[in-house]
Amino acid sequence: MMNDKQVIASRIALELKDGDLVNLGIGIPTLVANYVPENKKVVFQSENGIIGLGPDKGEDNYIVNAGGIKASIVQGGAFIDTATSFTFIRGGHIDITVLGALEVDQEGSIASWIIPGKLVPGMGGAMDLVTGAKKVIIAMRHTNKGREKILKKCRLPLTAYNQANLIVTEMAVMEVKKDGLHLLEVNPIYTIEDVVKATEADLIIGDVKEMRGINNEN
Amino acid sequence: MANFIKAEKFKSILRDGMSIHVGGFLTNGSPELLIDLVVESGVKDLTIICNDGGYEGNGVGKMVDSNQVKKLIASHIGTNPNVGKLMNENKLEVELVPQGTLVERIRAYGAGLGGILTPTGVNTIVAEGKKVIEIKDKEYLLEEALGADIALIGGAIADNFGNLKYIQTMRNFNPMMATAAKIVVVEPIKIIEEIDPENVVTPHPFVDYILVGDYDE
Repeated sequence: MMNDKQVIASRIALELKDGDLVNLGIGIPTLVANYVPENKKVVFQSENGIIGLGPDKGEDNYIVNAGGIKASIVQGGAFIDTATSFTFIRGGHIDITVLGALEVDQEGSIASWIIPGKLVPGMGGAMDLVTGAKKVIIAMRHTNKGREKILKKCRLPLTAYNQANLIVTEMAVMEVKKDGLHLLEVNPIYTIEDVVKATEADLIIGDVKEMRGINNEN
Repeated sequence: MANFIKAEKFKSILRDGMSIHVGGFLTNGSPELLIDLVVESGVKDLTIICNDGGYEGNGVGKMVDSNQVKKLIASHIGTNPNVGKLMNENKLEVELVPQGTLVERIRAYGAGLGGILTPTGVNTIVAEGKKVIEIKDKEYLLEEALGADIALIGGAIADNFGNLKYIQTMRNFNPMMATAAKIVVVEPIKIIEEIDPENVVTPHPFVDYILVGDYDE
């Protein structure tokens, strides 16, 4: 049986299409790469300067990913400077960005970079990524130790206003549309009521499907 | 053409209160020896511009640890708890800038522009105190160009003329910073005879000094 993180990563992998240029954030988003089938040609971008990011193969090199962790470059890849990297990011040349968040709201606003007075890691490249990528997917646990993270309105300072397109948690898949937050899929180990209870935002509930791409077998 | 200098000459150009661009991304491509020399020199009240706060005892973190930094301008400080601690104690001023905005502000300065217009940060606290300019129905923040007194460049292969190319992901902020300071100093990974002109990333007129000797090749 997949754990929460694996469920989220595995489901998000289905969103990646052949030929997509994708930026994966640190944490759960990084795991998405593990679930992309080999016959699907997805190119990963890393904001520190790689088109064609690959995993660490134990080579002696100077390649790191956006988390500062050793990495590799795939065949056909390119090393780029930070200005070119954010030309890709801000200029709308990234098809999908997947990143974590502290809060998301039903209008698609995202808070992910600061808890005033408590935790101030900074935004890094996240603000540019959610502003410029064609599709923004939020990968996160549905709640934080029982506290709701999917809200009517973000309470923390925003990373961006109205930019999230899809929210994937261990419980459900939700899409932000003009008329609100639609519940699309629910992990079959939970009920729709469970999801509603764990969500502060108003969910628009229509034809809800079983969450795809995950494995709840032992 | 660039001057090849030793550590003592580099230290002699440092002054209290200088602003310094430091290349590198989480210390990948950061000029560690030049940073050590800044620490050795004891200059203080520095404004450091770097992608991040490095790590404790590594990268720009070394200058933070030695209390030489008055202000840090960076996109991310989460990897160095000491930066957050000094910030909370009001001993270090930190300006957090989105990464793409930071690099573009530096590039703008090097290119002689007064600033840039970016959609990043609109409707967030990053926009506080900044002009919002509407162009074709879309809002942009006016972000000012960001130069420095000195740029410290790492991750490079230099040639005998002072041209630079960069090794793998160590390129990051280095080429932009090399255009955006009064004095540009490079700590090369190695020095070769001549870089193929098609492969030069930073042409030698941008480079003032290249550090040689006294460190491992």
